[in-house]
Amino acid sequence: MSRPAHRRPEYHKINKDLFVLTYGALVAQLCKDYEKDEDVNQYLDKMGYGIGTRLVEDFLARSCVGRCHSYSEITDIIAQVAFKMYLGITPSVTCNNSSRNEFSLILDKNPLVEFVEELPAGRSSLCYCNLLCGIIRGALEMVHLAADVTFLQDRLKGDSVTEIGITFLKKRDEKKYRRKK
Amino acid sequence: MADTVLFEFLHTEMVAELWAHDPDPGPGGQKMSLSVLEGMGFRVGRALGERLPRETLAFREELDVLKFLCKDLWVAVFQKQMDSLRTNHQGTYVLQDNSFPLLLPMASGLQYLEEAPKFLAFTCGLLRGALCTLGIESVVTASVAALPICKFQVVIPKS
Repeated sequence: MSRPAHRRPEYHKINKDLFVLTYGALVAQLCKDYEKDEDVNQYLDKMGYGIGTRLVEDFLARSCVGRCHSYSEITDIIAQVAFKMYLGITPSVTCNNSSRNEFSLILDKNPLVEFVEELPAGRSSLCYCNLLCGIIRGALEMVHLAADVTFLQDRLKGDSVTEIGITFLKKRDEKKYRRKK
Repeated sequence: MADTVLFEFLHTEMVAELWAHDPDPGPGGQKMSLSVLEGMGFRVGRALGERLPRETLAFREELDVLKFLCKDLWVAVFQKQMDSLRTNHQGTYVLQDNSFPLLLPMASGLQYLEEAPKFLAFTCGLLRGALCTLGIESVVTASVAALPICKFQVVIPKS
């Protein structure tokens, strides 16, 4: 029996390209709709958040990761399991502070920008991949972790690397529903 | 394949956001929102068309092109073939997918029938874009009688 069509390597590439190209079309459309870079960035983050809240279930179902005991473990899983699973890359992880709640993901390769040589003219503050920040933030929130996720450095903006910063925020007082006397 | 999941989630989010984009559409509004999605699909379809294996592009007839879309393109994008292709041999083709992946996550049957067109606009554009790369101008529309079965109608005007 001949090899099933969908296993041909060209089609695998097309599948990867489909997401990257669609994302590019989305950013282009948002740039048409919004004049300010901050607005596009915010919109991408918001959409990413929506995706992240649903993606986390898919991730947990596929990966069977166990319970995490530290922010460091969680960040490692994001980099080594989640990024690998969905984007085929493994960013490296660094911890940025002694209280161990601020981390960076350094992206050596970034499939999302495969077809992007440079930011569009007049769009120097555009965080092209801001969807990723929203996805991470949304996913973490679904497992009851609040975090700020932003791009700290961006190769598209001329930096030497692309770096995503994750800052885990203090958990809210868990006794907030304590009855007052 | 995890890659498809990302596309499906992104597509769902795009439908939700780009639809809600125009809160007060007015009489032409609904069509306008769908045309944004269709336009994006067209752009992507054209780019994908350029990436398809070159040896498959030596078509003799229009029908071969449509068969190619139903088999190769559909498999590359949705991991399955189109379920049926019909034509009147005068430029109109009806492509039917009995379990269209972008409709599958929604309920099956008649629930959400009204919402279905939003989930087909991007793909209509994708087909139109791929056809464009293959040298064919077309008009592509879609209809749903009951989820997740949908029909894509491709009309190729005779020059």
